Amino acid sequence: MLGAARQKMLGQSLQRIRPMEKVFRSYSSAAKQMTVREALNSALDEEMSADPKVFLMGEEVGEYQGAYKISKGLLDKYGPERVLDTPITEAGFTGIGVGAAYYGLRPVIEFMTFNFAMQAIDHIINSAAKSNYMSAGQMTVPIVFRGPNGAAAGVGAQHSQCYAAWYGSCPGLKVLSPYSSEDARGLLKAAIRDPDPVVFLENELIYGESFPVSSEALDSSFCLPIGKAKIEREGKDVTITAFSKMVGFSLKAAEILEKEGISAEVINLRSIRPLDRSTINASVRKTNRLVTVEEGFPQHGVGAEICATVVEDSFGYLDAPVERIAGADVPMPYAANLERMAVPQVEDIVRAAKRACYRYVSTAAAA
Amino acid sequence: MWSARSKAIGDYVKRCVCSNGRFMAGLVDHRSNPFGSSLASGVAETSRHALPFPCNMAAPFLVRRFESTLAGKQLELLHAGDADDDQALDFPGGKVTYTPEMKFIWENYVKRVPCYRVLDENGDQIMGSNFKEMSKEVALKMYNDMVTLQFMDTIFYEAQRQGRISFYMTTIGEEAINIASAAALNDDDLVLPQYREPGVLLWRGFTLQDFANQCFGNKDDGGKGRQMPVHYGSKKHNYLTVSSPIATQLPQAAGIAYSLKMDKQDACVVAFIGDGGTSEGDFHAGLNFAAVMEAPVIFICRNNGWAISTHISEQFRSDGIVVKGQAYGIRSIRVDGSDALAVYTAIHTAREMAVSEQRPVLVETLAYRIGHHSTSDDSTKYRPLDEIEYWKMARNPVNRFRGWIEKKGWWSEKEESELRISIKKQVLQAIQVAERTEKPPIAELFSDVYDQPPDNLREQETELRETINKYPQDYPSGFPF
Repeated sequence: MLGAARQKMLGQSLQRIRPMEKVFRSYSSAAKQMTVREALNSALDEEMSADPKVFLMGEEVGEYQGAYKISKGLLDKYGPERVLDTPITEAGFTGIGVGAAYYGLRPVIEFMTFNFAMQAIDHIINSAAKSNYMSAGQMTVPIVFRGPNGAAAGVGAQHSQCYAAWYGSCPGLKVLSPYSSEDARGLLKAAIRDPDPVVFLENELIYGESFPVSSEALDSSFCLPIGKAKIEREGKDVTITAFSKMVGFSLKAAEILEKEGISAEVINLRSIRPLDRSTINASVRKTNRLVTVEEGFPQHGVGAEICATVVEDSFGYLDAPVERIAGADVPMPYAANLERMAVPQVEDIVRAAKRACYRYVSTAAAA
Repeated sequence: MWSARSKAIGDYVKRCVCSNGRFMAGLVDHRSNPFGSSLASGVAETSRHALPFPCNMAAPFLVRRFESTLAGKQLELLHAGDADDDQALDFPGGKVTYTPEMKFIWENYVKRVPCYRVLDENGDQIMGSNFKEMSKEVALKMYNDMVTLQFMDTIFYEAQRQGRISFYMTTIGEEAINIASAAALNDDDLVLPQYREPGVLLWRGFTLQDFANQCFGNKDDGGKGRQMPVHYGSKKHNYLTVSSPIATQLPQAAGIAYSLKMDKQDACVVAFIGDGGTSEGDFHAGLNFAAVMEAPVIFICRNNGWAISTHISEQFRSDGIVVKGQAYGIRSIRVDGSDALAVYTAIHTAREMAVSEQRPVLVETLAYRIGHHSTSDDSTKYRPLDEIEYWKMARNPVNRFRGWIEKKGWWSEKEESELRISIKKQVLQAIQVAERTEKPPIAELFSDVYDQPPDNLREQETELRETINKYPQDYPSGFPF
């Protein structure tokens, strides 16, 4: 678009490119550490390299290297025709992306946060999600919508909502939410290769977190299946389901519970739609107790769906009512103490697990 | 270079000194500047001519000596325009000339943008008009299709009134726009309709039976009975399926055109929109992006005077839609939408511009919406009956074009009555066949949600079939499985 101006900046930008090759070359026995940011960046890089139809579009993705630096180095490597900086119109560039997908390109649309995607939600739901069905298979939409979702830190109500439940309820969409770097790499690659529209919900606070990645995950053909959850930690007393940042909290809660003699099984959902009902139910049939954890609002949330699923498929196996941990039913406040009270903390998950195991007598309207 | 420089400085110094000898930085001629008198003594807030270095009477000559050569070179570049340095502002986006006269651009021009037309009401070519010639074959196909569209609309509308289909929208009054624009395009050009352009599909080969099948949602519908009536679509005919939310097709069109451009295809994208649709945010995004991306899109705005019951005067206050094109840097034209030849010529030219120059073009057609908005609307409630009748009888696009082809000796009364009898029969038959055809099978309830059917849908389909087998009495008889 503004290619001429950009070419001048190229010289300066070249110095800023991180040497990405370093990350992939060492296939040594020790597990490689990789941040989620690097994982997403490398996944985008590899998929753009493998398929010339893949292109990235969004605000600040090019010159600025990405609002959260996820697309760092991509403009310099692929040029302004494949990394498009857009004007500020979510409705506009989402519509353009959908149009490009109708024609056969494979756009990756970045929203600065999914809160802003609401300005484009008609294009996501009414066009992207429903077109294949409404056109009887004549109009496919191989598009990926990605960006940070859920609460960050101290950004208030309009920058903190979790949209997993909203998009998760819509047929025609696939909805993914990674936790670790391996999740991020494998799921983003799967999303880009998928012929259906995919909503890819990341989390701003985990971008900088480092995880070990296997050599298999570092390979450019690596891909995780969509619709399969991962059992992050095996256990036998209670099942805890979570996605994105809450997986980390749930794992910490599981360690605390271990010390108190409760063995918790932590399931990383990875895929909100399709939901891996079989893995969840198999786990509940083993442990007989369930705690669902999410950051988003409680009513009509992901936990509500998981609870209904388990009641439908494994009611007889439940030894206790399903515990649902979610964010507070208020728009996210800004003040640090209030914000902390509005999102689930590790202690909330611990207490919920204990309640499910009848080890904790709850007082009135406790967490 | 030095002489030019000293001249510039000399001029600057001269200008800084006003008639009473006092030095005023930044004001060229305070007498014509309405703010001049109040700022005579102080630093001008409206200092539009500030040079990049501080200045007093003697300083210009002194400062020069202490500047580095680099700074000097930069200044030379900046002041390359030299004398018109004070006449123009070099700003992101290009040079803008100054004016000392404060003048508002008026909200509307005294004269509205004129409307291009070739034929008068009787079908006679207007003196001095120019248009793209067409063969007898093309002209007759155009007329044929316009009449077919008219009959299809009239009879399908009645079918809805009889309860045989749930909904219908007519194109009465806009037949010329539909058919003539389609005739001027290539089959490779991708069309993104709003919902009042079935004529484009008709021109491209969609049969009356295809239209009827879609409206009745039967198993022969190319859309598998997924959409409500008039939401046609056909990949084969490069006509994207009609999508109800208004104006979403505009940025999508820009996206497709950008893809065509990257592929270097000899084709363009054509997006239709109504006058009401231009109020949507997507109109702004679509046109703005298409201009910035230099995408080969033709935006055809069917200004038919009404958006359901909202009259143009309540929709916008601009001179229609054609003037909005320039605001986005898009070439535009206003055309008489009831004149098939004018529409044909304008679209043909617009297409050439879009493809050869790789730019968007905006075409506003003016043609009154003679029919109701849809079968859910009774427009006599908000507009006078005689207004509708006037446009139907005296300004009808089909009659006008017939006048032209008759005068050319290409058409006669006899052929006219034969055509009408034949078309009516075909339309009625298409409806009867569509009505009798089975509805789509149950499998089509679950297919195409995703590329591959997911587990949960496969389970649900199995459950549904089992339930129907177990309780057939709960399901309508003749229900296709």
